[in-house]
Amino acid sequence: MRGIISHGAYLPYRRLDRSTIAAVAGTGGGKGSRTVASYDEDTTTLGVEAARRALADTAVSPRALWYSTVEPAYVDKTNATTIHAALRLPADVVAADFGGAVRSASAALRAALAGGPAALVVSSGIRTGLPGSADEATGGDAGAALLVGDDTDGPVLAELIGTGTATDEFLDRWRTPGDNRSKQWEEKFGEKQYLPLGVAAFTAALTDAGIDADRVDHLVVASSHARAAKGLIRKLGVDGSKVVDDLSATVGNPGAAQLALLLSATLEKATPGQVVAVIGLADGADAFVFRCTEAIADHVVHQPVADQLTAGAPLPYGKYLAWRGYLTPEPPRRPEPARPSASAAARSEDWKFAFVGSRDESTGAIHLPPARVSREGGAIDEMTPAPMADVAGTVVTYTIDKLVYSPSPPVVFAIVDFDGGGRAPVELTDLDPADAAIGTRVQMTFRRLYTADGIHNYFWKARPAGSSAPSTDDDAATAAKEA
Amino acid sequence: MASHGIKDRVAIVGMGCTPFTEHWDKGLDDLTLEASNEAFASAGITKDDVDAYWLGTAQSGMSGITLSRALQLQNKPVTRVENYCATGSEALRQAAYAVASGAYDMAMAVGVEKVKDSGYQGLNAYPIPSDGTTRTLTAAGSFSMVAPAYASKYGVPMEQLKRTLGRIASKNHYNGARNPRAQFRREMSVDQICAMPNVAGDLSVFDCAGVADGGAAAIVVRAEDAHLYTDKPIYIKALSFIAGNGSGLVDPDYDYTWFPEIAACATEAYAQAGIEGDPTARIAMAEVHDCFTPTELVLMEDLGFSERGTAWSDIEAGRFDLGGELPVNPDGGLKSFGHPVGASGLRMMFEAWLQLRGEAPEDRTISSIEGDRNLALTHNLGGYPGEMVSFVSILGPTLG
Repeated sequence: MRGIISHGAYLPYRRLDRSTIAAVAGTGGGKGSRTVASYDEDTTTLGVEAARRALADTAVSPRALWYSTVEPAYVDKTNATTIHAALRLPADVVAADFGGAVRSASAALRAALAGGPAALVVSSGIRTGLPGSADEATGGDAGAALLVGDDTDGPVLAELIGTGTATDEFLDRWRTPGDNRSKQWEEKFGEKQYLPLGVAAFTAALTDAGIDADRVDHLVVASSHARAAKGLIRKLGVDGSKVVDDLSATVGNPGAAQLALLLSATLEKATPGQVVAVIGLADGADAFVFRCTEAIADHVVHQPVADQLTAGAPLPYGKYLAWRGYLTPEPPRRPEPARPSASAAARSEDWKFAFVGSRDESTGAIHLPPARVSREGGAIDEMTPAPMADVAGTVVTYTIDKLVYSPSPPVVFAIVDFDGGGRAPVELTDLDPADAAIGTRVQMTFRRLYTADGIHNYFWKARPAGSSAPSTDDDAATAAKEA
Repeated sequence: MASHGIKDRVAIVGMGCTPFTEHWDKGLDDLTLEASNEAFASAGITKDDVDAYWLGTAQSGMSGITLSRALQLQNKPVTRVENYCATGSEALRQAAYAVASGAYDMAMAVGVEKVKDSGYQGLNAYPIPSDGTTRTLTAAGSFSMVAPAYASKYGVPMEQLKRTLGRIASKNHYNGARNPRAQFRREMSVDQICAMPNVAGDLSVFDCAGVADGGAAAIVVRAEDAHLYTDKPIYIKALSFIAGNGSGLVDPDYDYTWFPEIAACATEAYAQAGIEGDPTARIAMAEVHDCFTPTELVLMEDLGFSERGTAWSDIEAGRFDLGGELPVNPDGGLKSFGHPVGASGLRMMFEAWLQLRGEAPEDRTISSIEGDRNLALTHNLGGYPGEMVSFVSILGPTLG
C-alpha cells in the first residue's frame, strides 16, 4: 500500500483585504482576502514551514525531498537543499527541485507516489501580478507538504488507488524568466482545452481505482485557470456537495502549492473509508484517487489549515506592494548588509539553517550559536547538538530599532529565553511593533533576512506563538519533551 | 600569576586633542597631525624624541603606517590597535606598559577616527565576512534594552526614568556648552530632550552620543623622568582592561541592568590604584563612556559611585553635575563632545589632564578636587550589553 503518510500546510500571517486594492490601483481587487508572504519570506521559507508541519505530525523520516515552485528563490542553485538543511535531513536523503511550472508540483507528487523510498513532496507559491490585476487579487501565498510512502515506512492515511493523466501542448498561461507577471491567453480558449483533458484524466483514474464517480467523497480541483476548474467540476458527475472549498475567498490561489494545500485541508477532515479525488489542471491534467485508511482517524494535525485560516492579521495594500517590489519606499539611511559568506555559512550549516546550538554536557548550559569551549569550567569539545528550532521561548526584553537596516523597518528585536534553557537575541516577525511585549510566548520560524549580491541570507526569527498556530500548549509540551 | 598594575611608574607629560566635530574639510592625516603636534608642543619635544608609537583607530586606517605616513616618522616602531570603542584607551595602555617595561624611554599614544566620510549617519562597522547569522541591531537598539530592565528591577516608573535619562543628557550638554572643543555646544533642557521622538526603544537621538571626527594624543615617560618635560605631570595609578566572553548575550541569568565586565574592570582598577572602600573618597571626577544615556546611568553603579538601584536618584539630586560632589563628564562626554571612536578614550584623559592640572576653562573648572581626593577616573567601553570590552584608568597629579 502506498499513499500519504503525513501532510502539512503553512499559511503566512498576513492577509490582504481585496477591497482595499482598487482605491490605490484604480482597478482590480474584489471580495474576500488573500494570504501574503512576509517581506522576510520567500517560496523556500514557505516550503520549510510547511515541511516542518508535515514532519511534526509523524515519526517517519523521508528518504527523498522533491520541491516545486513557480517562483524559485534561486535558479542554477537547488532550493530543495535549503529545505533539506532546515529540516536537518541526513546527507543521503536526496533533495531536488521540480521547478518552473505549476504542473511540476503534481509531477513531483506523481513521481513520489510511483514508488521508492518515503518522499517528502514540498510545494510553495508566492503569486503576484501587476497592481490591479486579476492575478494580484486572486493569487495567494502558501506552502504545502505531503509525506508519501509505503505502509512499511509508516501508517498510510490515504492510500493511492488510482491515477490518470493527460498531456497536451497549448498556450494558456506563460511567463518568460525575469518577468514579474504572468500572462494569459483568452480565457475561453484555455477552458476549451482543459475540459476534455480533465475529464480524460479523471475517468482514467476512476477506472484505475475501479470505482464510479459517485463514490467520491471529496473532490479537489486545482488550477490557475479558475474558470476551467469550475467548468470541469460540472462535467465529472460528482455531487456539488462533495466539492472541496478551493479557499479562493480566504487564501487565494498559491500556484504550485494549491493542489497539496487543498489535499492537506481535505485530509484534516476526511474519515476512514472516504475517497478523495484530486485533479490538477496545468498544461494537461493529473488525477489522483485516494481512499482514507483507519490510520487517518488517529492522525493528529497540530497546525491544521482550518486554524491557520482564522489566524493572521491584515496588511495595508501599500505594504503589500512594497513587500512584493511594486513600490519602493525610501530605505533607512544605513549601509545595506554585506552578502553572507558561502564558506562561513557552510561551516555553520546546522546553526544557520536548522537553528542547532550546542549543549554543554559539563554544565548543561546551552550555547546559541554552538561553541566549542564551555562558558564555565574550561571544558573543551564536551558539547552535543542542541536543536532549538522547535523549542518555544519567552521574550525577556525587547526593543524597537528604527535606525537599523531592514527591508521593512522598524526592526523588533528581542532577547528570548527558551523553554528548558538557552537564550538568544533574535529578531521578531509577524507582529506589529506596538504589540511587542515582555513575556510574549514565541516560536522559531525560518526566514530570509535579506538578499545581498543575489545571495539570500536565510536564518531564524521568532514570532508570537499562535500567530498561525493556536496549539501553543502543545508546542510547549513538544518543546519540553525534546529539551 | 597576578595583575600588578604600574601605579606611579609612568606619567603623562604631554597631551593634545582636536576639536571634535564633523570635519568635512579635514582628513585622517590632518586630524592625526593636529592632535600629535599639540601633544609634542605641550611636552616640548619633537616626533624624533618619541621611541615608539601606538595608533588607536577602530576603522579609519590599517597598520602603523597610517600614523607613520601621516607624521613621516623615520624608522620608528608603530603599532595600530583596535578594541572597539575603547581603542584610544587601549593605545595609551600599550604605550604606558611599554615604557614601564623599560623597553622605551618615551612612547606616544594617538587616537583618531574619521567617521564622517561614510555618507551615512551614525557609526557603521566594517563588515567582516560571516555566516549571516550575527545580529543586526544598532548599538542604540542594544543599549535601549537597559532602560526598561532597570526601571522594572528597581521599581522606577518608566516616565521617571525617562526624565532621569534626559537629565543625564541635559547635564552633558550643559558641560559641553562650556567646552570650545565639543561638538554640541548648546544647552538642552530635560523637557526639550524628553520631547524628542524615539528612534530605538525609549531612546531619542538626544540619548545618543554625538558622531564626530577627531583625534587626541598623549606622551608618556617613566615617572622619574616626568619633570624633565613638565611641572605638572599626571601619574598613572591604574590601567585596567577586561574583554568579556560574550556570555551575557546567551546567559539567561543576565538581566540587562548592569555590565559585569565593567564592575570587574573597576574592581581591578581600584586594586591597582590601592583604593579601598568607597572609591569616591579618592576620586574627584570621572569621564565615563556615555554612549547612550542608560549607559551612564548604569555605569554610576558598576563603577561603585552609587549603590545598586540608586544611581537614578543620585543623578536627580545633581550629585554628578559640574558643580556636584562627583562631576561626571565635565567636558560634555560622548553625548556632547562627540565620539570619534579611536580618539574618545584619549579625549577622556585629556579632560582629566586639564582638570587635574587646573587648566580647564574657568566656567567648567570643577571644585571637587581637595586634599587627597584628587584622582580622576576615565572609563571607556566597547561593544554591547552582554558582549563588551571595558577599560578603566585612574590618574592623579601627585605620587603616592
